[in-house]
Amino acid sequence: MNHIALKMLMGDRGKYLGIVMGLTFASLIMTQQPAIFLGLMSRSYSFISDVGLPDIWVMDSKVQFVDDIKPLQDTELYRVRGISGVEWAMPMYKGLLKARLVDGTFQTCNVVGLDDATLIGGPPVMLEGTVEDLRRSDGVIVDIDGARDKLGKPSPIPGGKPIPLKVGDSLELNDHRAIVVGIAKVTRTFQSQPVVYTTYSRAKSYAPKERKLLSFVLVKAKPGQDFGELTRRIRATTGLAAYTREEFMSLTYEYFMHNTGIPINFGISVLLGFIVGAAIAGQTFYNSTLENLRQFGVLKAMGTSNWILLRMILLQAVLVGTIGYGLGVGLTALFGYSMRHSILAFKFPWQLLLFSGAGVSLICIFAALLSIIKVIRLEPAIVFKG
Amino acid sequence: MNSPSLAVRCQNVIKTYDTGDQKVTALNSVNLEIATGELMMLVGPSGCGKTTLISVIAGILDQDSGHCEVLGEDLLSMSNQHKLNFRARNIGFVFQAFNLLPSLNAAENVSIPLIINGIKRAEAERKAISVLEQVGLGARVKALSSELSGGQQQRVAIARALVHSPRLIVCDEPTSSLDHETGHNVMTLLKDVALYKDRTLVIVTHDARIFDFADRIAEMDDGHIVKVKGTKG
Ligand SMILES: Nc1ncnc2c1ncn2[C@@H]1O[C@H](COP(=O)(O)OP(=O)(O)OP(=O)(O)O)[C@@H](O)[C@H]1O
Ligand SMILES: [Mg+2]
Repeated sequence: MNHIALKMLMGDRGKYLGIVMGLTFASLIMTQQPAIFLGLMSRSYSFISDVGLPDIWVMDSKVQFVDDIKPLQDTELYRVRGISGVEWAMPMYKGLLKARLVDGTFQTCNVVGLDDATLIGGPPVMLEGTVEDLRRSDGVIVDIDGARDKLGKPSPIPGGKPIPLKVGDSLELNDHRAIVVGIAKVTRTFQSQPVVYTTYSRAKSYAPKERKLLSFVLVKAKPGQDFGELTRRIRATTGLAAYTREEFMSLTYEYFMHNTGIPINFGISVLLGFIVGAAIAGQTFYNSTLENLRQFGVLKAMGTSNWILLRMILLQAVLVGTIGYGLGVGLTALFGYSMRHSILAFKFPWQLLLFSGAGVSLICIFAALLSIIKVIRLEPAIVFKG
Repeated sequence: MNSPSLAVRCQNVIKTYDTGDQKVTALNSVNLEIATGELMMLVGPSGCGKTTLISVIAGILDQDSGHCEVLGEDLLSMSNQHKLNFRARNIGFVFQAFNLLPSLNAAENVSIPLIINGIKRAEAERKAISVLEQVGLGARVKALSSELSGGQQQRVAIARALVHSPRLIVCDEPTSSLDHETGHNVMTLLKDVALYKDRTLVIVTHDARIFDFADRIAEMDDGHIVKVKGTKG
């Protein structure tokens, strides 16, 4: 009977394609939109995940997310270093400073100052030069996207692409000279400003003179030290906030989840995809059953049980569901792949397959259920009606 | 148990349709006996209850009261599953509108009753093709119903009604959609191929041109059998 069910389904090519396309659409929207959403949300904490070495981040207790800088006094660094279980603790400066470019225009940059001696917290990937080059006088490392775009020199052709900033070029940060000694690749963040790495002491000299300039203390725990215990100890001793890397990432992530319209906007897109897909596919599927009702009646009169008819409809639903889902997910993957070099945020973890799979299944179950109810209630005596 | 020589025995069968605002008594105490191996025609004016009666006889509609024994079994007292199996094994259907599945080819259509009876697809189609040959469609086994004439479609439908060797075949206006000659050929086929000593045919018709094919004719009016007459002797 399976073979009959499939032939009945595909008998009307137009309807069959309509159902599959509806499901493809739903599956595409329910996969692609969350993928972009996850990509965007992961940008909220990508600065933290880029800084690989430290186990624990120490900061002012009022900090709500990674870009919410509330500076500390330098003395806090020494207090943290004195806590037992701390292998090492390094300072980090993070702040927005104005850079003056060669053509005289200004560009706000995200300046990161690294401990002078160890340079811990540097960029994850160096494309040109090394992190150690920061030791050279006035040395800064800029990220490739910033170098190519916002920090680049204007194109000689009007409207053309800017000429990228190169190693050896110079710029001014708050009237201080800075020389590019390296180009790095960093993971994109929400902030579109160029990222400029330098040493902690140089960053302090660039920054406007303030009493407090220390943004974070980066801590490595002693081997075997329990992180939870150590963060509690740091908090108790210093009154500062201390988070493991994962905790700080989720703090940041949660901040964006609860304080921005991003989740709602994407949630609405996904819901719309679900509803539109369900409407198109569900309705066409149901219509196709209605059109085949007489055929189901004939099968029923000839002795086919409701149970078998139910299985036939389920099989039809599973088939269109699988095809639509596969196409939707495949198109999403293709979309993500073709956008891999663009600034588009895109993250496609396997859990997303379950999410959209559940969505498509729901649509199919809903469509099949309507049809099944109709067919089960069908009186076989209709076969003799004209 | 009734005598094996009776295929159908209806006693005081009453069926009323309730359409909400009004009740229509389609069968008003029908009494009818159909012998095994005979071709019984059911005739009468439109709306007199012919279709309702063969629906009850074929076990696709339950009467409100009265007895109906078909092939020795009381349909009303059967469980649903039992009734399904009974229909699958014992009843063949032929309709005025053919009711072939349009996305299946002739052989696949004919194999449906066998598949419902649990026979494997390949074997069912082999059997279906041999029956299609019997009805003169051996060359069109792969044709879809849209590629066949009305007479050919009805022959496929007859093959489908025969393929599982049912003991009772019910036909509702089998020739009404066909021209005279084609209808005649279809009746010849039904009589020659479908009917034999163990198989009974009940044919509803108002097509007077085919009355000659009947062994007996039951005339209905207003939910009753008013007269049963033999055409022979
Ligand atoms: N499903 C139904 N619901 C309500 N009334 C029905 C239904 N089926 C049949 N009837 C009514 O029952 C009566 C008998 O109908 P039936 O179809 O058995 O007549 P028929 O003799 O086959 O007529 P025809 O020659 O026109 O096919 C008619 O009055 C019809 O309107
Ligand atoms: Mg009728």
